[in-house]
Amino acid sequence: MSQDALFSIKDLTKHFPVKKSGIFNNEKATVKAVDGISLDIHEGETVGIVGESGCGKTTAGRTFLKLVSPTSGKIIYKGQDITNFSGKKMRPLRAEMQIIFQDPYSALNPRQTIGKIISAPFEIQGVTPDGGVKREVERILERVGLNPEHYNRYPHEFSGGQRQRIGIARAIALKPKFVVADEPVSALDVSIQAQVINLLEDLKREDGITIVFIAHDLSVVQHISDRVVVMYLGKIMEIADSTNLYSNPRHPYTKALLSAVPQADPRVERTRERIILTGDLPSPMNPPTGCVFNTRCWKAKDICRTSAPELLTVGSSTVACHFPE
Amino acid sequence: MPCLIQGLGCNSLENLLEIKDLRVSFPTDDGDVHAVDNLSLSLKAGETVAIVGESGSGKTVTSLSVMGLHNLRSAKLSGSILIADGDGTVDVVSDDQEKVRNLRGRVVSMIFQDPMSSLHPYFKIGNQLAEGYLVHNPGKKAEAKARAIEMLDLVGIPEPDKRVNDFPHQFSGGMRQRVMIAMALMNTPKILIADEPTTALDVTVQAQILTLMQKIQKEFNMGILLITHDLGVVAQVADRVSVMYAGNIVEQGSAEDIFYRPMAPYTVGLLQSVPKISYGKKERLISIGGQPPSLINLPSGCAFAPRCTYIKSAPAGSCDASLPNLTGVTAGHVSRCHIPEAQRPAIFAHNPERAN
Amino acid sequence: MFTFVSRRLFYAAITLLIVSMAVYAIFALLPFDPAALTCGQHCNKIVIEANRHRLGYDKSIWDQYWLFLHGIFAGRNYGTGSIAFNCPAPALGYSYNENKCVTQMLADTLPITLNLAIGALILWLIIGVGLGIIAARFKGRWPDTASTIFVLLGTSLPVFVTGLFLLIWITIRWNIIPLNLSGYVSLFSNPFGYLQYFILPWITLAISFAALYTRFTRASILETLGEDYIRTARAKGLSEKKVLRIHTFRAALAPIVTMASLDFAGLIGGAILTETIFNLPGVGQLTLRSVYEFDLPVVVATTILAAGVVIIMNLIVDMFYAVLDPRVRL
Repeated sequence: MSQDALFSIKDLTKHFPVKKSGIFNNEKATVKAVDGISLDIHEGETVGIVGESGCGKTTAGRTFLKLVSPTSGKIIYKGQDITNFSGKKMRPLRAEMQIIFQDPYSALNPRQTIGKIISAPFEIQGVTPDGGVKREVERILERVGLNPEHYNRYPHEFSGGQRQRIGIARAIALKPKFVVADEPVSALDVSIQAQVINLLEDLKREDGITIVFIAHDLSVVQHISDRVVVMYLGKIMEIADSTNLYSNPRHPYTKALLSAVPQADPRVERTRERIILTGDLPSPMNPPTGCVFNTRCWKAKDICRTSAPELLTVGSSTVACHFPE
Repeated sequence: MPCLIQGLGCNSLENLLEIKDLRVSFPTDDGDVHAVDNLSLSLKAGETVAIVGESGSGKTVTSLSVMGLHNLRSAKLSGSILIADGDGTVDVVSDDQEKVRNLRGRVVSMIFQDPMSSLHPYFKIGNQLAEGYLVHNPGKKAEAKARAIEMLDLVGIPEPDKRVNDFPHQFSGGMRQRVMIAMALMNTPKILIADEPTTALDVTVQAQILTLMQKIQKEFNMGILLITHDLGVVAQVADRVSVMYAGNIVEQGSAEDIFYRPMAPYTVGLLQSVPKISYGKKERLISIGGQPPSLINLPSGCAFAPRCTYIKSAPAGSCDASLPNLTGVTAGHVSRCHIPEAQRPAIFAHNPERAN
Repeated sequence: MFTFVSRRLFYAAITLLIVSMAVYAIFALLPFDPAALTCGQHCNKIVIEANRHRLGYDKSIWDQYWLFLHGIFAGRNYGTGSIAFNCPAPALGYSYNENKCVTQMLADTLPITLNLAIGALILWLIIGVGLGIIAARFKGRWPDTASTIFVLLGTSLPVFVTGLFLLIWITIRWNIIPLNLSGYVSLFSNPFGYLQYFILPWITLAISFAALYTRFTRASILETLGEDYIRTARAKGLSEKKVLRIHTFRAALAPIVTMASLDFAGLIGGAILTETIFNLPGVGQLTLRSVYEFDLPVVVATTILAAGVVIIMNLIVDMFYAVLDPRVRL
């Protein structure tokens, strides 16, 4: 665990119990959404977390901010172990740790004006900026590319991309240090995605915010992140620099994932080598033993089925594989 | 345009589908929503035509129009949609609706975006598949069941004879989309319309499904009309592409034309705003500023004008005055823009203003 | 399914136990003396005390409750000496007001209420769901508007207005259905008489409920029609009729069944107004009378019956859902 990391997690797990039938509801299954992940995030860096459905990235993001309490493991922010912090103790920290949600249509309260939505953080934290809350909210609106005169409008009067900007405005209102962006552009049209991505990059550059960017779209993640974490069935498969990950993927799953991403270039698309994974994603209630990827990996050997590989450094990346590339 | 019916003066490569001057509008209390305006398009056997556009471009409305799935009480259609059926043709817009219904599932099939909600949760998939066959071949129950198993096998569902008795919720997302494809193929249609078939799926599953679709197309020599917003998918499978914006086709051509020689400002903007996996220094994305227009009060000129960065290069006032026609210098590659075609490549490469 | 049903029956028994305890608790906490109500104007202390002992009100509330529970399984003796009376198991109590075993009273009145409820249910389902389907099918056109008018009338007219109206016009004025002065007629002994006896009460209840169900069915069907799988069915080339009949109806059925079962359970508990207007000696009338007359044993029994019916209907609905929707795992 690095000492100068702004945010660290160690062996973080989140299991969701699922009831099963019996006369007295005895049998229980668990969905192992996040199953032991460790990561250090440094100040000012943007870490992307990618993976497919069921890999646990969204749960991980929410657990980082303790919106969901972890089953086990440690969460360390600015040197403090906040894993077991009560709501009261977390309150002052929440001004520094924020989240941007995926769905711009459900993340905003339709009964509140956007002015109210963005001023809420100030009220909750009891902070009064110079010049008053309204002035500050208008300034923030302008910063995210919205018209400050729309202070009294309701969310339904805005488009999807604009609503996402409102969500971002709310997140940056208190000048947070650490922001988790949970699939912030997935629900937007391509041309609007670019606008929002550019906005996030501007904010990152101007304010030095540390961002955890969760997405399933690899191209978007590579574009905005410094480092990328690849997750599969609740575990980390690989952590690498964004350029290295894409030019030199070490984990078989990363290779397969990259091979599956369609590129907007017909000549490249039709000539490149493609790895098609067979089979279906195993259920997170019943992950395979050993390396969780072994059921679909073309390199799997016996050891892969019996022992789960550790995250080890290979070259400039960190990989959890018995036979990395 | 090559003609639809084989006969005198026509070439042997028949068009399976011909859309001509399609206009679709929906009367609402706030005014008429002009979802599709002046759209013409054709599809041949063995070919994949992609319609690309964002939300509100009219691509889904177009696909539903081809299937005749609009409620004619709430949608106004004009123009013609000709579909080849045996020796004759049916015009989906003007012909008897019973004739159109007869085409559905038999000559032209459709698969939808969300496989989870597109299958009926209460019925076994075998029954749902067989139903598609029985609609057009009434009474042949045993045949229908055998064909269902055959189709499930074709689309790669393991143990098809067992799984034919399962319910939709017992399948994963990717498997469900395969079932949808199997269902679409029950009567070996000539045309398959796929409306964002992989958008709701994981990227590795998407790759499987696209490969499957290409395999099936080859086997049955089907024409595929693919509706999508994902340029990567278009690059992978499309032969020809139509780019739509605010109900109009703004550019139409081969995949190479669209990606390497785009002639419409919107296409250029779209291509520039897609992040590409780069192995070197990352460049800032160039986004298209502003929002798509309301389809109720469309501006009188070019619908893209308010967001176009090249407007100054066009003859003064022309962009606001009139919608440019779909024209092109090379055969098969047409676009809408008032800037003279010869000047466009240089202007687009320049990219004077980067909008945010 | 078996574990599911056994689990639910177990919980059902516990619930009924708690319900009966609650009723006893209420009577225990009442501010006045039940024994004092047992004799009329000219009462003196000796009679009251004698009655208190006879009715068992002198025992503690726990003893009374225990005796009640015991009686359910083993039958019970009521009173002492020459006026002793034995009610066989399941003995739910003894009504001194009417000098009958409560179980017998329920057995006498329940068939009437059941006939009333079942007949009304069938009628309102046919009318309500039928009209709802038509309204949904022809949405926006005149059959839809006509059904809306029917819905408005049905839901605004209270049961006692409809009932009295029918009684006054059809029975008394026009004498189409003669007034029944001889009491309950069983279906098997006299089918025509049976119909005459029940037809007006059925119509009265059916009108109010059918209106509700028309509106509800219409909404449920329209909502189902918006689902993606309906679009898929149309894309396969199915005719609109088949789409409605096979795909839509089954899916729209589920909420209707839930509502119907609960409404039915409610009727068993007490279709008091209808029974009173048409003079049907059913459970509703019994409940009302026993509350007025402060006949505790009967009140306890009818409460438990009502609760029991609701529980059983809930169980049946859940089982129905499991059969209808394969996603439901019990």
